[in-house]
Amino acid sequence: MTVTGRGTGSETSTTLTEDYRKREESITLSSQPAGVDETHELLTLNIGPHHPATHGVLRLIATLEGEVVRDIKPIIGYLHTGIEKTAEDKSYWKVIPVVERMDYLSYYFNAMAFCGAVETLLGLEVPPRAQYLRVIHLELNRIMSHLVWLGTSAVDLGAISMFWYCFRERETVLDLFEMSSGQRMHTRYIQVGGVFEDIPLGFAEKLRQFLKLMPTRADQYADLLEKNQILLQRLRDTGIVDRDTLIKLGVTGPLLRAAGEPWDLRKAHPYSSYDHFDFKVPIGTVGDNYDRFRVRHAEFYESVKIIEQALDGLPEGPFITPDRKVALPPRHELATSMEALIHHFKLVTEGFRVPPGEAYYPIEAARGELGCFVRADGSAKPARVHMRDPSFVNLQALAPMVRDGYIADLIATLAMLDPVLGGIDR
Amino acid sequence: MPDATELELTAQELRDAHRESILDTEFHRGRATLVADPPQIKPVLEHLKSKGYAFLASVHGVDYYPHEPRLGVLYELLDRERVDRISVKARVHTEDPRIDSVVDLFPSADFQERETYDMFGVVFDGHPDLRRILMPEDYEGYPQRRDFPLGGEPVLFTYNEEQNYGKYV
Repeated sequence: MTVTGRGTGSETSTTLTEDYRKREESITLSSQPAGVDETHELLTLNIGPHHPATHGVLRLIATLEGEVVRDIKPIIGYLHTGIEKTAEDKSYWKVIPVVERMDYLSYYFNAMAFCGAVETLLGLEVPPRAQYLRVIHLELNRIMSHLVWLGTSAVDLGAISMFWYCFRERETVLDLFEMSSGQRMHTRYIQVGGVFEDIPLGFAEKLRQFLKLMPTRADQYADLLEKNQILLQRLRDTGIVDRDTLIKLGVTGPLLRAAGEPWDLRKAHPYSSYDHFDFKVPIGTVGDNYDRFRVRHAEFYESVKIIEQALDGLPEGPFITPDRKVALPPRHELATSMEALIHHFKLVTEGFRVPPGEAYYPIEAARGELGCFVRADGSAKPARVHMRDPSFVNLQALAPMVRDGYIADLIATLAMLDPVLGGIDR
Repeated sequence: MPDATELELTAQELRDAHRESILDTEFHRGRATLVADPPQIKPVLEHLKSKGYAFLASVHGVDYYPHEPRLGVLYELLDRERVDRISVKARVHTEDPRIDSVVDLFPSADFQERETYDMFGVVFDGHPDLRRILMPEDYEGYPQRRDFPLGGEPVLFTYNEEQNYGKYV
């Protein structure tokens, strides 16, 4: 198989192997830790990329001295799918399902960040009902994401049953997603200008049942884990990094809040009507793994509170912008209105055009600041889409967290870091 | 976001401190951008950091094809006290895309500069460990550039491992 302009492949396998060995050598552990010289016996251990404790395909090269981790290098890119490149070849509304697949546990957040950036470029007003519906789904997504985190992390720490309990509640959330959008994952619910459809009959009732259930379930998780000596000993006083270092490393989200910094974009710079809701920002004190666990666990309750308020105060009105240049006309109009038919045809074939400009739209995702940068060149396709994924930036804090700790704590710290490799590699 | 006036004031302040460090300003839909002279990117960011924009949220590349200079490196800065964002843009040519690394100022730029290097080929001088981060180590070409073809990427298997397609893109 040859592709034009790509050469004929004349290299022999020996030069390739030599090349490979040379590049392999370039993966160096650049910083020799202080107080360690040649007399200490260091061991380089490869962890992953295929290892259940790495939560995906993360590869870690750890330098060990006995059982103590002296340095660590994450190697990433095994899940790189070129989504940012793909997005440049799709019209704006077709980008949404692609970006949703970046961080596969926070699809509503990805869609929200992208749609927010495009709406900023269009100068589009989102109707209040759509904003509230977005909040409901974003917070359900946060609960869902934290449930997956709690279940898988507990497995890493030896508590197998937590996985089933968490995934039981996650199923309920996915059922709700399926009700409102038809899909359980990668729902494409959030659209430019609003949401895909209004919530169906019976959704509110089912959601209220879940909201009533979720706090008691979260209490049960706490009962199971909080008094478990094994878990406490593995989490308390491990992986401590102070908040100044975290801020320097660009860490955001629950990891930063666990270190005592009350930084939450929902409060600091409210978007999508978050200023209408009364909720607290849980923070930790010392910033160890236990605080990280507690902060995320406390966010279950806060998310439930936000959804309750959003559901109670859900405003009447349209669920998507009435701007026909951006949003599809309602189906019934197609039978009677020529104009609606033209708009429908234009939107489905070409999509809408976005005036030239650049926008960076940050939101508070389940793992921290998720910012979407979009550059429009006036055509119907974005000229650049970039996601500042929180997992990617937060991963930089792994080395300071695990350095000079036991390798067992590395697994606990990695679990509490909550990286999603789909988001890291994009 | 600073308003247009505040942006101009910041730009003037920077020009006073470092001659011709700011080439242009852009204000669009509430987004304030300083277009900086690439060799002076470090003093500009240092100045902004001392002004309160101490959190570097994101570093990313943009290809402005067909406009020259083609490549842009964008720094999204955040002032967490005033909840204020400003972005700094430096445009470099594709022939010798070089810019100073800001990892010592903002350690959070580490992975993100590596990603920009990986995807656009911008070399960050002074970066402690400038290697490809997402693409394979032996990959050649910079896939996020606009003239890089989309799709048609052959997959290497055992039978064609000697061909190494990426090399000739």
